[in-house]
Amino acid sequence: MKTETLTLWLDDRLGIKSIAALAQKKEVPLHRHSIWYYFGGMTLFLFSVQVGTGILLLLYYRPSAETAFESVQFIVTEVQFGWLIRSVHSWSANLMIAALFIHMFSVYFMRSYRKPREVTWLSGVLLLLLAVGFGFSGYLLPWNKLAFFATKVGTEIAGVIPLVGKPILRFLRGGDDVTGATLTRFFGFHVAVLPAITTAIVGIHLILVQMHGMSVPPSLEGKNLKKMKFVPSFLLRDLIGWVLAIGALAALAAIFPWELGEKADAFAPAPAGIRPEWYFLFMFQTLKLIPAKVLAFDGEVLGILAFAVGGLIWFILPFLDDPAKPRRRTLFTLIGVVVVLYIVALTIIGFIS
Amino acid sequence: MKGEAHQVHDTHNSAGTCANCPNNGPPQPEYETRSRRRFLNYLLGTGVGTTAIAIFYPILKFIMPPHVIEAAQNSVSAGKIADLALNSGKIFKFGNKPGILIRTEKGELKAFSAVCTHLDCIVQYQPEKKQIWCACHNGQYNLSGQNVGGPPPRPLEEYVVNTRGEEIVVSKT
Repeated sequence: MKTETLTLWLDDRLGIKSIAALAQKKEVPLHRHSIWYYFGGMTLFLFSVQVGTGILLLLYYRPSAETAFESVQFIVTEVQFGWLIRSVHSWSANLMIAALFIHMFSVYFMRSYRKPREVTWLSGVLLLLLAVGFGFSGYLLPWNKLAFFATKVGTEIAGVIPLVGKPILRFLRGGDDVTGATLTRFFGFHVAVLPAITTAIVGIHLILVQMHGMSVPPSLEGKNLKKMKFVPSFLLRDLIGWVLAIGALAALAAIFPWELGEKADAFAPAPAGIRPEWYFLFMFQTLKLIPAKVLAFDGEVLGILAFAVGGLIWFILPFLDDPAKPRRRTLFTLIGVVVVLYIVALTIIGFIS
Repeated sequence: MKGEAHQVHDTHNSAGTCANCPNNGPPQPEYETRSRRRFLNYLLGTGVGTTAIAIFYPILKFIMPPHVIEAAQNSVSAGKIADLALNSGKIFKFGNKPGILIRTEKGELKAFSAVCTHLDCIVQYQPEKKQIWCACHNGQYNLSGQNVGGPPPRPLEEYVVNTRGEEIVVSKT
């Protein structure tokens, strides 16, 4: 009786029944490709781990060139469970990018971006860029040698873009070189600017998913598929995945703690064997392989422009595909396979070379 | 359009108030209220626009870092000859940029900018290969600073090396 009164009281003020009805509306179709539906939720879960561990790290982290490295050192050596929180933050970031890539390519191959989900795809690609931005800005924060040179190279790449490159470079670095000013900026991006934008776009992304429901691959469209309620049935299955993810994070953090390396030094050569995070490796390896001059152009400029154009095409993909044309379907599948193979192959080459 | 034209003749609605009557005064012809509305919209639009510019211009200017004027430094002491073994190199500070000083096998002193012309990494001397090497993307330069392998598009900037007794002085050409 009492809970009923409370429910009624809350419903009058907050309209919780309509929210419950909205949650009840969502159904997940069950078919042989349903496994891919888990990866969007997994990405979101790992993002929430990032928010939680990130807030904890903020309690001790000090964002300046003089104190950043020492404060992270303090976190991992002195603070109780500091090693765990920091390693979980780093590992979860990597697993989140991995889950995001799997989610994106499953959406690509199942053509879930087709009408009316074009805007969902656009918001998703923006979230990929934001995730990469989180990775790039967060990587610098421990202020170690690897991070210092990764940031030098990464921002220099932005500077190579014709016309707008130089102002972008100065905006990112907070000056002409990577210094303490860059660290302060990246800290601001990492903990304020990017979270605010990401929260808004994640919100839009989720509202659109709720609005349009789950997409079914073209080959199964129109078939009478079994469906499962999202709340509570599919959510409970999601939950199993998340519990497994927590286990994986704890194990990875304990067995392979994230290294801190040596403090950054603006007057020391780049250490041998330097390489960026794995999700940048295919681009890094491409830049390594392009010759200095291609015809009259700088090789690096061509490479960077090619990636920019590729990214743009990837962004507007839903408007290029036409499900009514079976030939284009085959072409798109082929392009997807080539892209995946290229990324995998160059990542492996980057690791072993 | 028909409805609007109708309003000019009968501007009093059912509630007895008048849409085209300023302060319940006599009805105004529609073209007059329209041009007045356009004028007010124009004022409002430019007002909002200029306010936006007044807000965002300083913000844009604020996020671009100021140009710091450096004291022009044309020469710098890079250490003592005795501290640098034959066939070795070291990084020295040239203002706020790194330079690389190399003592060749024959004892010749060479100095270059240590900033790789590819993507801004800091180069190092490889004694076993007798070349300057960038670890970031495997860029290679010979002992004249020429880019001889890997992605660097240009040679390293070369500096002039003089000795003042034991002291090595590096200066820009």
